Amino acid sequence: MASLRSTSRLFAASRPLFRPASFARSYATVEGTKNVEPSPSEKPNFKTFKVYRWNPDTPAEKPTMQSYQLDLNKTGPMMLDALIRIKNELDPTLTFRRSCREGICGSCAMNIDGVNTLACLCRIPTDGAKESRIYPLPHTYVVKDLVPDLTLFYKQYKSIKPYLQRDTPTEDGLEFRQSPEDRRKLDGLYECILCACCSTSCPSYWWNSEEYLGPAILLQSYRWLADSRDERTAERKTALDNSMSVYRCHTILNCTRTCPKGLNPGKAIAEIKKMLASN
Amino acid sequence: MFSQKVAQQSLRRLAVQQPTLMQSAMMRASPAAIAIGNTQKRLATSSPNTEDPNQILAKQRLNRPVSPHLGIYRPQVGWIMSSLHRISGISLSGPLYLWATAYLASPLFGWHLESASMVAAFGALPVAAKILIKTILALPFTYHSMNGIRHLTWDLGIGFTNPTIIKTGWTVVGLSVTSALALAFM
Repeated sequence: MASLRSTSRLFAASRPLFRPASFARSYATVEGTKNVEPSPSEKPNFKTFKVYRWNPDTPAEKPTMQSYQLDLNKTGPMMLDALIRIKNELDPTLTFRRSCREGICGSCAMNIDGVNTLACLCRIPTDGAKESRIYPLPHTYVVKDLVPDLTLFYKQYKSIKPYLQRDTPTEDGLEFRQSPEDRRKLDGLYECILCACCSTSCPSYWWNSEEYLGPAILLQSYRWLADSRDERTAERKTALDNSMSVYRCHTILNCTRTCPKGLNPGKAIAEIKKMLASN
Repeated sequence: MFSQKVAQQSLRRLAVQQPTLMQSAMMRASPAAIAIGNTQKRLATSSPNTEDPNQILAKQRLNRPVSPHLGIYRPQVGWIMSSLHRISGISLSGPLYLWATAYLASPLFGWHLESASMVAAFGALPVAAKILIKTILALPFTYHSMNGIRHLTWDLGIGFTNPTIIKTGWTVVGLSVTSALALAFM
């Protein structure tokens, strides 16, 4: 038994080796960069990171871009590794949110080199000559440095009642079940981690965030509209059927382009528009 | 039964409106309340140096900058084309309205905006100016109509994958520019 366990452990440990590299990297948002293994013998490969800084304790000072130099040979492959290294070794006052470092919590959403993405899923472009610019999520109120105020975003999420609403119990009193086909309709919707990358990439949301719900929240709206178990579809549709909630979407599709999880908020909004039009 | 309910309700109201009064009343009324923790008083934690955190937050909110947006976002076919769609729409409808109102007002001011005089005026221009004016008028028209077809397919829920968006975008750019030039040289 013991030998069995040790072999299985060996197998488990070596399994990632057999996984094709393309699969392991399928979520990386920077394409065309090679994975550079750190080699101490090589000469240092310095890269400049320009990071947005603003301190609430000195509110009179305008936000600035601060430069940091890191040796890429000693830094992990992802932008989050670079940020953590800056905070640990260069400047402990740099503030950003991070948690899971594997793209499931959505904390480290920020604007990197002009595109919203998760710092933990974004490879550092290995071209040392080009500097990387890191900003907080666009058109949000800044709490400090790279930390945006997402209060409104969460309020809007709450406003769409993101939970199953159902009055009739099942015949056998067990859980609410659905057919595999109905379940498949939720694929590409339930995976959303609410990182706000898409909403804050949307120009319509920039100019109308008070009333327009934005792609992330609309994707969630559609997730509940598409759920075969939910019984408030009509009410959910009436709540959305006005000029602002959905129809500020002008299919710019920055949302679909930027989603770090590879989801399609633009398509979900189009499906909502179709549902509203078929009334 | 009913009176009990009324008493309960008024007590609850009192608790909501004047919690301190209620607390002292409870203290006197039932020593057991101490045991179940109803009379627990929050000690003030503020030292002379620290402010109420909510006030700090409120003060911060007044000063918070809005993070940069349009100026720092990477130029991509998607949103650049979307803004061009709107601009081309305005540059098509704007001159139309301007010309129509001018046409309405022309008898008053003695302007000659009839087709015949317009054609004569345009014909008198040099060739380069003719081509330039025709391109300026044709490009918004071709671009807006072709991108409009793209928008109509999106309204049907078709063509939302990232590669398709980019491919159709560049196709529209290429087709509209070539067709505008073709119209200009006609």
